[in-house]
Amino acid sequence: MKRNEEKKRRDIVSESYLQTIGRRFMHHHLAVVSLVVVALLAGAALLAPVIAPYNPDDIVGPFSGAPSGEFWLGTDQIGRDVLSRLLYAMRISLLVGVMATLISTVIGVVLGLIAGYFGGVADMAIMRFTDMVMSFPYILLVLVAAAVFKPGLWNIILILGFVDWPGIARLVRGNVLNLRETNFVKGNIVAGMPLRHILFSEILPNTVAPILVYATSVLALSMLDEAALSFLGLGVQPPTASLGNMLNGAQSLTVLTKQPWLWIPAGLLIVILVMAINFIGDALRDALDPGSRR
Amino acid sequence: MSTLQNEALIRVEDLKVYYLVKGGIINHTVGHTKAVDGVSFSIMEGEILGLVGESGCGKSTIGRQLVGLERPTAGKIFFEGRDLSLLKKGQMQKIRTQLQMVFQDPYSSLNPRRHIYEILSQPMLYHGISTRETVEKDMVRILDMVGLSRNVLGRYPHEFSGGQRQRIGIARALSLNPRFIVCDEPVSALDVSIQAQILNLLRSLQKELNLTLLFVGHGLGAVNYVSDRIAVMYLGKIVETGPAREIFRHPAHPYTRALIEAVPVPDPQEKEKERKLLEGEIGDSNHPPAGCRFHPRCPFAQAGCAQKEPALVEICEGSGHYTACPVTGADKEEQGIGEIHC
Repeated sequence: MKRNEEKKRRDIVSESYLQTIGRRFMHHHLAVVSLVVVALLAGAALLAPVIAPYNPDDIVGPFSGAPSGEFWLGTDQIGRDVLSRLLYAMRISLLVGVMATLISTVIGVVLGLIAGYFGGVADMAIMRFTDMVMSFPYILLVLVAAAVFKPGLWNIILILGFVDWPGIARLVRGNVLNLRETNFVKGNIVAGMPLRHILFSEILPNTVAPILVYATSVLALSMLDEAALSFLGLGVQPPTASLGNMLNGAQSLTVLTKQPWLWIPAGLLIVILVMAINFIGDALRDALDPGSRR
Repeated sequence: MSTLQNEALIRVEDLKVYYLVKGGIINHTVGHTKAVDGVSFSIMEGEILGLVGESGCGKSTIGRQLVGLERPTAGKIFFEGRDLSLLKKGQMQKIRTQLQMVFQDPYSSLNPRRHIYEILSQPMLYHGISTRETVEKDMVRILDMVGLSRNVLGRYPHEFSGGQRQRIGIARALSLNPRFIVCDEPVSALDVSIQAQILNLLRSLQKELNLTLLFVGHGLGAVNYVSDRIAVMYLGKIVETGPAREIFRHPAHPYTRALIEAVPVPDPQEKEKERKLLEGEIGDSNHPPAGCRFHPRCPFAQAGCAQKEPALVEICEGSGHYTACPVTGADKEEQGIGEIHC
């Protein structure tokens, strides 16, 4: 009996950090639902080649056909299956979002670490550069880039990746400035540990939580940006489908009023994905906050 | 003190640490904070030197200097006769392990994301003090020395109390086989009931391993308890130094006297006696007072005190008790504040 209690006590105390986060995350029902939704949509996007009823680029039905048993979400202006295109479009949109977020996170983390830890001239140079990028209207950058290079999937990923990092750089720098002064970092310096250990094994793990939270909002934002740019024709180019350029058709008043199946599903997907990702980010923020001890 | 210089493990010569004060529109240097302003002392092998003074007097700065966390503005620090500032990076890295530190706040001195196994084993493995095969055994041995059992290894810092964390902090310092440890107010963040345990632990470890310690503290009580010798600091200067018992029994400097008065006495009868507590705040280290830095607060200040900065003078030949107060013992006795014995 006593041993049982002892074991139970040990189980409580030795709950790992991840378990704690998981438990706290579960308190946010909306976020849990969002996580399921995002997982389902991402799964469907990944499995698009398997589950899509038609090839997204093939003309398989009537022009602008209304939803029917054959084409669940109808067909577009030139007779391609909307459902199939939607699945492939989600792939592209998620790919743009994830890749752009990855790129901006890596750039932001590296620059933030350097600026925060070394300070001085490096900090000064990096932070002024960050301010510059932040104050630059990215639409202009995209327009110029689209004029110089050909607009396309990888260009849009790179552009968004290079535009979204300043926020992360600032966040990381602020955290590093705090952590650099903590005793455990000083203890490691006194113990003669190498710089790479201090930066990547001591400081970085303690900034992962805020980075993760920030990255979710970058993910949502870059998906929105991609949609906006593609809608304007500056992003992903047809025939490749993206959620943004599927909305392209809604620029016409006839489509907007008479053929809602051409724009409502794509628009709805964007809204659902962005909202769900933001909910997840909110819950992560609470779950990762070391101050809350629920 | 000077006669023993060649035997000293740590010798500090005229150490000055100034921090730049930035200000103005273009963020230029507008002044210096003189945290440590010309301090010399030495610590013998196997000795515990207590460094006391109120907050902001520069005592923790000296601690950080001795373990190489900061560079001095001027002056020299010798470890085993080698000037630390002249060492190359690689050489410093080797000496680093011999100079360790126990921090004041046990809550921030352990990385919250790593369990104790990682915290203790990584430095030992990195410096080749232990190998993958022996590291666990070594850690258990060190934990045993600080009074902890092996099952702390798998836990995270937040699962421990302040006293336990401080023990882990001590274990981390010990794990690198140091010869010298700076204890930067190691008990001031702990419960009173735990303080004595940690102090006793430090004392017994020091004896057992023949360690040399610099014990930094702001109250004379705890410092006197562990130290062989004490140095009292005021506003970046050492104002009195000598054997712990001597300092406690026959304080020669008015500031030391005030520190001793401030030690709480656990005797209700004593309460009746009026205690002369120090008034006013510690001076501004950007613009320290001219002459003796303590004179604005000193009850015995004389006309000359504001002009000439007093040097440390040995009170009685061979006593090792130095004070930087020129006001003679007779003058002090006249005012009824004890006597100076040789």
